[in-house]
Amino acid sequence: MAAPKKAAAGAAQDKTDGGSPPEFTREQELKALREMLLIRRFEEKAGQLYGMGAIGGFCHLYIGQEAVVVGMQMALREGDQVITGYRDHGHMLATGMEANGVMAELTGRRGGYSKGKGGSMHMFSKEKHFYGGHGIVGAQVSLGTGLAFANHYRGNGNVSVTYFGDGAANQGQVYESFNMAELWKLPVIFVIENNRYAMGTAVSRASAQQDFSKRGVSFNIPGKQVDGMDVRAVKAAGEEAAAWCRAGKGPFILEMQTYRYRGHSMSDPAKYRTREEVEKVRHDQDPIEQVRNRLLAAKVSEADLKAIDAEVRDIVNASADFAQHDPEPDAAELWTDVYR
Amino acid sequence: MPIQVLMPALSPTMEKGNLAKWLKKEGEQIKSGDVIAEIETDKATMEVEATDEGTLGKILIPEGTADVAVNTPIATILADGESAADLAKAPAPAAKAAESAPPAAAKAEAPAPKAAPAPQAVAEPDPEVPAGTEMVTQTIREALRDAMAEEMRRDPDVFVMGEEVAEYQGAYKVTQGLLQEFGARRVIDTPITEHGFAGVGVGAAMTGLKPIVEFMTFNFAMQAIDQIINSAAKTLYMSGGQMGCSIVFRGPNGAAARVAAQHSQDYSAWYSNVPGLKVVAPFSAADYKGLLKAAIRDPNPVIFLENEVLYGHTGEVPKLDDFIVPIGKARIVRAGSHVSIISWSNGMTYALKAADELAKEGIEAEVIDLRTLRPMDTETIINSVKKTGRAVTVEEGWAQSGVGAEIAARIMENAFDYLDAPVARVSGKDVPMPYAANLEKLALPSAAEVVEAAKAVCYR
Repeated sequence: MAAPKKAAAGAAQDKTDGGSPPEFTREQELKALREMLLIRRFEEKAGQLYGMGAIGGFCHLYIGQEAVVVGMQMALREGDQVITGYRDHGHMLATGMEANGVMAELTGRRGGYSKGKGGSMHMFSKEKHFYGGHGIVGAQVSLGTGLAFANHYRGNGNVSVTYFGDGAANQGQVYESFNMAELWKLPVIFVIENNRYAMGTAVSRASAQQDFSKRGVSFNIPGKQVDGMDVRAVKAAGEEAAAWCRAGKGPFILEMQTYRYRGHSMSDPAKYRTREEVEKVRHDQDPIEQVRNRLLAAKVSEADLKAIDAEVRDIVNASADFAQHDPEPDAAELWTDVYR
Repeated sequence: MPIQVLMPALSPTMEKGNLAKWLKKEGEQIKSGDVIAEIETDKATMEVEATDEGTLGKILIPEGTADVAVNTPIATILADGESAADLAKAPAPAAKAAESAPPAAAKAEAPAPKAAPAPQAVAEPDPEVPAGTEMVTQTIREALRDAMAEEMRRDPDVFVMGEEVAEYQGAYKVTQGLLQEFGARRVIDTPITEHGFAGVGVGAAMTGLKPIVEFMTFNFAMQAIDQIINSAAKTLYMSGGQMGCSIVFRGPNGAAARVAAQHSQDYSAWYSNVPGLKVVAPFSAADYKGLLKAAIRDPNPVIFLENEVLYGHTGEVPKLDDFIVPIGKARIVRAGSHVSIISWSNGMTYALKAADELAKEGIEAEVIDLRTLRPMDTETIINSVKKTGRAVTVEEGWAQSGVGAEIAARIMENAFDYLDAPVARVSGKDVPMPYAANLEKLALPSAAEVVEAAKAVCYR
């Protein structure tokens, strides 16, 4: 392990840059639109299936936050790892995991990514470098730091993108991980998805320091607040952070300012905020509408956008169909995968 | 009256040390606080400071002397006005022990583990060792280090991390020399941050690396137990077999000596409760080596419970290029026909001593060293009980929901009709570990308790 070096003097905390983020090409806009739409439609369908009783247990929807994972994924390269907490469906779809496998896991079927043994909060894909899907708030931060440790150990140039929420940001092991990540200059981007509520507790009621980009200050980890509703801003920040990591400068913190439209989980009536608050964000900041409006302004036809809608709906409907008709795991699966 | 300087105890479990060097000569003036000698323990070289003033009268133990017992007089100090002629008046060590060592009275009351014999008296040949194999005598500490070094030479994905494992050479010197051989990339000092570094280890293991995570003691691993159980043990299952975790969590477990409640807990039962973990707790030096090598190669998370009291004990280790003891196999270390005594780790100290005592009274005990707690070698236990019809379990941990309770249940389930008496459990007492020497001794199991339990199940 490299000896700890003095922190870069310029590791200051940046606020969101005043100006607009770099423009996307039309191709990038279309890709972002499609990826975000896939997540939104998928989550809407999951909510519907939950209401029908086809999905059990906990189910945490990502609706509203789509620009975060889609923008970050556009900033990564093959081999970079992704790990997150329990609100993970969007992250999986963004890494390219199949809708069928994710939805079938939600319904607890054998074709699910974990053969039906993990459920909503526990899916993994070695192929897509997705390391879960973790249900203990904050645990994925140490694990994600471990992924970065492995990259550093192997010298493979890959970056670990470790997502967690504003709630998890108050867990002790997050700071244990920050310390080691900076001490050893590990290539990890800590992406704090600040959706303003940790379950039902507003950030202001839980966090002494509400600027999460400053949470690494005492470890000399640079941080940045990002408009997490603008996929272009997310991608630009992700690229900056990834470059920092790949240059061997250690970890980087990105606070993504975002918003979840739905409750914490399916059983959350969301009495801790007003309907107006949710409506205002939807109306003014929706990440998908932003892209759609830009595309329309750039003279992309309604028909072209509708075609993307239709393609996404087909994928989601097919996944729902698969997830409801795929058999449950064989009873013998109870005893497999305990040891290898 | 001349003052005797006694061989000091420099750690909770130190029984003897080497007098490496005298830094003062006979006839030299000594002030309180002067470093007068260097003592090598099995963990470190320590300086001995004078607590009295005067002249170094006579050196009783010359430098270079090995294995000097704690509380042995090593020198005398003459007070002002005294001369060499006064040396004969030096007091007996027990009466004047407080000068530079803990009270001798406390030593005499030392807890049972200190008096434990080296784990060598095994009657049954080791099935893992081919007949005629050359053996080397090693401490358990050295056996562990060799196991790690051999596996690190064999596989570049193996690395060791933990507090003080590198530059300090190990809090208990188990990782001695590894930094020098393998460098700082693979022998990694962590901050004091158990929860965090356990998670880092598991994350690295999920990518295919094979970390050895050392906890300074398993007492501190309670801070990390979420990562051990929720992340390490369950991921393979939760991922439908896609993503497992080859990792060893190792370190001293259970009672050391006089370190009180927070540093003296046995976690055998805790970890052996969890599917997805393997749990190993060896006793002999050979098993420490062979099982640690097996644990490092195992594709699953392995909890490797060591015992600080045993670290300095020596045993015969086979001189083989690649000595592996399979996980999940118990060993009959002493054959007998009257009663089965089942234990593991330091519990074997009491079990073997009790078997010697019982033999004097005509009771031949069969002593089984479980070595692995999960998966448990039920077959070896049951076959023995079918032969003897009686069983006693011995553990340092608490009885409720303990490993002994599990063994008793398995015997009941699998050999009920063979039992001639109910299974007896000898365990640590149902209290936090006390500090006072006499209370600590009472809290731990003893050979006498094992003898008593064995006689009871034999109706003797």
